[in-house]
Amino acid sequence: MDFRRDALHQDILEMVHDFAVEDVKPLAREIDRTEEFPMANVKKMAEMGFLGIPFPENYGGSQMDFLTYIQTVEELSKYCGTTGNIVFAHTTFCSTPIYQFGAEWQKEKYLTKLCSGEWLGSFALTEPETKSGASGRYQITAVDAGSHWVLDGYKTFVSGADVADVFFVTAMTSQLQGTRGISSFIVEKGFPGLSVGKRENQVGIRAASICELVFRECIVPKENLVGSQGKGFEYAGTVLDEGRICVAAQALGIAEGALEETADYVRARKKFGRSLSQFQKTQFELAQMKTNTEAVKLLVYQAACDRDSRESFSHRAAMAKLAASQNAFDVAYRCQQLYGEPAYRKGHPIERMMRDAEITEIYGGTSEVQMRVIAGWMGIK
Amino acid sequence: MSNLNDYKNIWVFIETECGKAKNVGYELLNVAKPLAQQKGCPLVAVVIGKDIEYVAKDAICYGADSAIIVDAPEYEYYTTDAFTKALVTLVEKYKPETLMIGATNNGRDMGPRVSCRLKTGLTADCTEIGIDEDTGNIAWTRPTFGGNLMATIMCPDNRPQMGTVRPGVFKKGAYDESRTGEIIKETIHTAAEEIRTKLVERVNEVTEAINLEEADVIVAGGRGVGSAENFKLLEELAEAVDGTLGCSRAAVDAGWMPYVHQVGQSGKTVAPRLYFAIGISGAIQHLTGIAGSDTVIAVNKDSDAPIFDVADYGIVGDLNEVVPALTEAIKARKA
Amino acid sequence: MNICVCIKQVPDTNEIKVDPVTHTLIRKGVPSIVNPFDTYAQEVGVRLKEKAGGRLVVISMGPAQAAGAIKSCLAVGADAGYLISSRKFGGSDTLATSYILSEAIKAVEEKEGLKFDLILCGKQATDGDTAQVGPEIAEHLDMPQVTYALDILEKDGEIQVKREQDAGYDMIAAKLPAVVTVVKLPYEPRYPTLKTRMEAKKKEIPMLTEEDMPSINLAMCGLKGSPTRVKKTYTPVREKNGVKLAGMDAASAAKEVVKQLCDGKLL
Repeated sequence: MDFRRDALHQDILEMVHDFAVEDVKPLAREIDRTEEFPMANVKKMAEMGFLGIPFPENYGGSQMDFLTYIQTVEELSKYCGTTGNIVFAHTTFCSTPIYQFGAEWQKEKYLTKLCSGEWLGSFALTEPETKSGASGRYQITAVDAGSHWVLDGYKTFVSGADVADVFFVTAMTSQLQGTRGISSFIVEKGFPGLSVGKRENQVGIRAASICELVFRECIVPKENLVGSQGKGFEYAGTVLDEGRICVAAQALGIAEGALEETADYVRARKKFGRSLSQFQKTQFELAQMKTNTEAVKLLVYQAACDRDSRESFSHRAAMAKLAASQNAFDVAYRCQQLYGEPAYRKGHPIERMMRDAEITEIYGGTSEVQMRVIAGWMGIK
Repeated sequence: MSNLNDYKNIWVFIETECGKAKNVGYELLNVAKPLAQQKGCPLVAVVIGKDIEYVAKDAICYGADSAIIVDAPEYEYYTTDAFTKALVTLVEKYKPETLMIGATNNGRDMGPRVSCRLKTGLTADCTEIGIDEDTGNIAWTRPTFGGNLMATIMCPDNRPQMGTVRPGVFKKGAYDESRTGEIIKETIHTAAEEIRTKLVERVNEVTEAINLEEADVIVAGGRGVGSAENFKLLEELAEAVDGTLGCSRAAVDAGWMPYVHQVGQSGKTVAPRLYFAIGISGAIQHLTGIAGSDTVIAVNKDSDAPIFDVADYGIVGDLNEVVPALTEAIKARKA
Repeated sequence: MNICVCIKQVPDTNEIKVDPVTHTLIRKGVPSIVNPFDTYAQEVGVRLKEKAGGRLVVISMGPAQAAGAIKSCLAVGADAGYLISSRKFGGSDTLATSYILSEAIKAVEEKEGLKFDLILCGKQATDGDTAQVGPEIAEHLDMPQVTYALDILEKDGEIQVKREQDAGYDMIAAKLPAVVTVVKLPYEPRYPTLKTRMEAKKKEIPMLTEEDMPSINLAMCGLKGSPTRVKKTYTPVREKNGVKLAGMDAASAAKEVVKQLCDGKLL
């Protein structure tokens, strides 16, 4: 597989790079501090078509391949992990299931507005009692009330919850059928009974506006069920598989960003009359980290290409995420060591990247979950 | 091109609007005076407008040896077509060696039109003017690349040598009422149909015109001020020092201040006695615009800000504290 | 309304640094951008075209790399672009440049089979800062001009230009065809989208040389056609040994500065 892109794709990535450097990078520290969702930049990304990259033009998408989308997430995450998160939380976790499993009218009504960025989308999966991932029993229930559904319960860790217009929600339509009792719904923010709960005080990606979502006898129109009743678990699984490649790309970006930042630093910083970059220890550290990161990149791009060619990609997505997230934290940690105390200060880019890297090992399934997926695929059960 | 030696005298165009002269014309007379003396030629003021004979007299009092005026109703307001025609007609008749124009919006609108019709060279927005010793040509010096580079430009083989000169860079000379000189009245008529643009409406958005170019004291704020509301602090300081409010491009881009207050390469060039730079980091474009200031006082929280390189007095600190303290200290002194 | 936008590729002057030893500009590694004022001209042109219909063509004089600047305009609404390039055009000052551009405009009209109603330029290029090329194009083409535009309004094929003045603006009506140079707009230029950027990338940018301009007089181009000569360039030195107060509390620092200003009879 050759991941070198043609001139057209390179040009697209250059455009993403320019935006990331000119608009995203200067805000990264500030929004990490204030936890303010970077709405102005999200609007610009909407205008440029970053919020519907892999979807067909007739829904207002940019109709590009999955790899281009993944590379966009990577590029944005180099300078701001939160911004990378915002793009894929919207795209993969809300638009993708509507595109793949939704009815035509749902695509016309929701997907077009999501692609144009007029509406922002989010995914409500995790609940206080469930751990990471889609399996296990959901507390949130959806009861068929004849003319509509009534949803009751809580969701936690919902990205962009207080700015999103549309949520892709997973709920139990039957308590007796296990995972076959799970269904998916499109819930608009204005539906009666839906409210945004407390904001999470998480360690990294602090401006992603991650909150609780509260359903109190929330009324959802009958037709807002996505696909077939009882298929919600399967849909969530597909979303998570794709999401893992996104998280992997985010982690890859964070590692590359940390390396870029540190390479500049060691060239400029002098110790004992020499620049840090002249010490062999520094050279070896950076060479090793760069090699690890490039290896991770191949795995992430391979997973994206598998997704593009619609091969079975669960295991590759899991591997990409496992390797990329571990590498991101490792790189951020080792870069901090190279810096020493400056990078232990709050607000330092490396310090922020380390906190942002941590989440990549947790959401979309922890590293342990990935290993289970991989072991299962290997037949080690 | 006819013989270069046919071209004599230094001309300064005195811009007027509604019968009122802009200062830059008089500033240019003061710059051109020593050049005319060096060349041993007369310095001529050229005034085009309506009811502007008194401007010609003032120009002579400010240093011109004589003046040429075109006084007619169609020149009350500036139009490209009428002014270009009038000035080109005068140049063709009298053949000046050098023509200087103030680099105001109108000056920079008309200058290239005139030079292009005369097929001669024009140097834009000059901040220094001298005579090249070897050739006797005018050496026009101007900032370029956003003020990062200065370029000295000459026009060796074409006449007149033309330049637009930045307002506010030079000071006016003394007004000498005893000076006299000939005032030649030329009649050049521009028919209405020759004027292809029309002033439909003049909208003054500020209650009093902000005259930064001529301000004696300026209190200017930049990105560091942080908000439109915070400019109140600067207003209070400006009131205490009887100064005019200015700002950097960043403050305009952020929407905190209207563009008319902008100082710098893309705003106004200023030359006050005192310039307070508050929360202005000192991008080269800004420094270019304040180079003519006598004394610069900078307040910035970043001790490495380039503004401190050009400041006579610098205070490193939080402007929210320093500016009220300055206002306080000045009031206390006054009391 | 057919519109021609003249753009220039310039080094990003915000990125230009001066070598502290040689006092020359460090141009290496400085990114090229479309002159910011030209992006306003392009944006207002696209808006006029969207409202009144017609075709918008971008032209730029420069080396082959300037095609990149034209492509970025194609990605934000221009219909076509032409690169004006020839060794015979090198060394042109504003008079020669504007002459070549005016001849190029005629050639483009011929090629496109249309007449331009409006020629738009940025107020000035941020490298040369002359603000002369726009008015000189107007002179060569014998068109009326309005400079320092803050906005252009169109109604029934007529335009009115909001022109900057000291205390606000003048509303100026101009007969078409006309040249307008743009300072700033009440809105920001649009961003390209991934799609338009991709489409732009695929478009061909034809190059026009003197061969394509039958009536051009080469004596008016390049160095030969340029009355001005750059005698020397230098970087300005700006350093004062001022008093810098750091680490003091605000009140004492302010008092000290005010005292010194008063002592120096500056206040």
